[in-house]
Amino acid sequence: MTDYKNLKLIATSNPHIRGGETTRSIMLDVIIAMLPALIWAVVKFGVEALLLTAVSVVGCVFFEWAYRALMKKPQSVGDLSAVVTGMLLAFVCPPSTPLWMILIGDFFAIIVVKQLFGGIGKNFVNPALAGRAFLLGSYAGVMTTWVDPAVNKAPLFGGVADAVTAATPLAIMKSGDMAGLTSTYTVTDMFLGHIPGSTGEISALMLLIGGVYLIVRKVINWHTPVSYIATVAVLTFLFPKYGSSMDWMLYSLFGGGLMLGAFFMATDYATSPVTKKGQLIFGVGCGLFTVLIRYFGSYNEGVCYSIMVMNLCVALIDKYTKPTRFGVVKSDKKEGAAK
Amino acid sequence: MAQAFFGGVHPNDMKAATNEKAIEQLPAPAEVVIPMSMHFGAPCTPLVKAGDEVKVGQKIGEFRGLGAPIHASVSGKVKAVEPRPYSMGGNITSVIIENDFQNTLSDEVQAPSNPDTLTPDEMVEIVKNAGIVGMGGATFPTHVKISGGIGKVDTVIINGAECEPYITGDHRTMLERPEEIIGGATYLAKMFGVDKVVIGVEDNKQNGIDAMNKVIAEKKAPVVVEPLHCRYPQGGEKQLCQAITGKQVPPGGLPSNIGCAVFNINTTCCIFRAVTQGMPVVNKVVTVSGSGIVEPKNIECPIGTPVSLLLDFCGGVKDGTYKLIAGGPMMGMAQYTADIPVAKGTGCMLAFCEKEEQTVEHPQCIRCGKCVSVCPMHLEPLFMYQYASKGMVDELNEAHIMDCMECGACAYACPARMHLTHMFKTGKQLVKDKAAADKAAAEAKKAAQERKEA
Repeated sequence: MTDYKNLKLIATSNPHIRGGETTRSIMLDVIIAMLPALIWAVVKFGVEALLLTAVSVVGCVFFEWAYRALMKKPQSVGDLSAVVTGMLLAFVCPPSTPLWMILIGDFFAIIVVKQLFGGIGKNFVNPALAGRAFLLGSYAGVMTTWVDPAVNKAPLFGGVADAVTAATPLAIMKSGDMAGLTSTYTVTDMFLGHIPGSTGEISALMLLIGGVYLIVRKVINWHTPVSYIATVAVLTFLFPKYGSSMDWMLYSLFGGGLMLGAFFMATDYATSPVTKKGQLIFGVGCGLFTVLIRYFGSYNEGVCYSIMVMNLCVALIDKYTKPTRFGVVKSDKKEGAAK
Repeated sequence: MAQAFFGGVHPNDMKAATNEKAIEQLPAPAEVVIPMSMHFGAPCTPLVKAGDEVKVGQKIGEFRGLGAPIHASVSGKVKAVEPRPYSMGGNITSVIIENDFQNTLSDEVQAPSNPDTLTPDEMVEIVKNAGIVGMGGATFPTHVKISGGIGKVDTVIINGAECEPYITGDHRTMLERPEEIIGGATYLAKMFGVDKVVIGVEDNKQNGIDAMNKVIAEKKAPVVVEPLHCRYPQGGEKQLCQAITGKQVPPGGLPSNIGCAVFNINTTCCIFRAVTQGMPVVNKVVTVSGSGIVEPKNIECPIGTPVSLLLDFCGGVKDGTYKLIAGGPMMGMAQYTADIPVAKGTGCMLAFCEKEEQTVEHPQCIRCGKCVSVCPMHLEPLFMYQYASKGMVDELNEAHIMDCMECGACAYACPARMHLTHMFKTGKQLVKDKAAADKAAAEAKKAAQERKEA
């Protein structure tokens, strides 16, 4: 029989079992969900897209590791969140972005935006988007020059000067040449991703596959992406700037970073509301600002800034979308208000 | 199908280890250690001293205020009355009885001559004298719940959800002793003067539901069995009321506020035995399971049986057992010693030797909000954690931390493996301490004021 006196028992608080999900498994799911878009980027832009993404990932992981090591904080690179940031930053930059430039973006995203505020879960704006915004502000020329995937060639080391460039659908839309746009790229081209744009944003289909995977795996709720995309769809359908409502709406949905933003950026845990109600509001806000920036701003694209603006509203949204306390039903609330 | 409650988690139920194992009788223990606190309320005063002879069912502990009496579970000689470790942590005055293996029944155990003619008041008195408490683990004195609920309660609910993983004692009772459950439920209907009692059972126990339905049909009992979704914490009192009636118990309230009273399956059986045989609570069915147990079993044993005997009866524990839990894996209490007795609320003993624990060294909240979507009390655990860890008492109150029932669903769901439930226990204590300090300060001020005026 066992001698129970010799058992080394630990007495910790309940619960004594945990679900299978970990931060690492969630981040791994996000990485998996991004793979279709990455594969598409390689198909369209060549191996350079892969190199850009790989360098960005290595950069982010290195900066995270180095910061935690230098500051003598518990190491956190194992949670894979830096890998996700690295991939996302590469995804929102043009495929012709020089490698040294993406490393600067990585530095800004990981050190300034994420680690200086306390690391994972503490940053108040999405690190990858902040990295992109920083690069856009610093190197506007490079960040708004788009290689033409129809030529299917991008220089590996030469920089954008050597590339064959093209205007993105959103740029053409801004100019008002809907007839020219529809003749250059069909809706199917737009949906599948035969268009110029940022590394990971061009194929709505690939991003949808990844997004549905995330929803099925319960990594994200449907609330943010659906309310975001639906808001943009409704607004662009009701208020087309040029051309027919349907064309304007479809090209708006597939033409920029909306799908990438809605499924992978706006759903970032640290910078989105915690309740489903809050996530709906957040998505609507993102959609509204995206359309406003695209319509009235000087930029062609509004996804990045709209999400960042809404990131700043998260604390406010959380404050006003607290779940109703158990046991307090609607009629009680009314009675309370009447008193 | 009954309405569901909001939130909850769905852990692997792990019940296959014991749900086909009939309840076995433990060979009589040579010695029992009966703690004087097995109920919600102040501990009992021992009525016996070392050297006294006691018989089965004899009252050995009397309660004061809120509580329930305690009875000898074996016959024999009182060896000592001294503090011993018990499952709630620390030591408590316990009566240690040396078993004479005669199993002599005390004269105090008197079966009512005709149980069916008893009035509700007489039945409540029997329940009180039998020392019945909430046997699911909450251990609230049952007679208080009944007498406090008569007149207010229109829905009597028997809790057969058994939503905690591993535990199968109630399931086995449904299969092996359905007539006790239905009989007890019928008496409860009579006490409350209601024409229907609802037994809520998670739908993973279909054969248990069938067994009870068969008895209900035979006896034409005023009882219905309601299958419930399998979802933890379906067996939480407030969640069960919500699932069955659609109504929510108000914050800080009791089920009686919405006309409900909830009793555990085991409690119902105890009521049946008390009313028909006059038998107080002296036995308990315990599920012994978990990865660290060589041969998991359902065991019936006298109250006060040392847990080590149960473990021995199951072939002992495996090497590397690092956790011993009294209760289920979600809400049970981890023990620092196996030297504790089975109490009225001990429905399960678990030993873990594998990686059930799954903690990480430096948990970091990633704000995923999963804790919010699983909290059955509609709280926001991630914010409560921050407030509690920073000692922000006012914010804790605003976040309604006192509504937290420590079910552990948030911590279970947390991918970052935050110690949420642990922190809420700390936070609740902070709130209580602050309230006590505020009260003391107000009284001191008032006293000073009075002195001044005088």
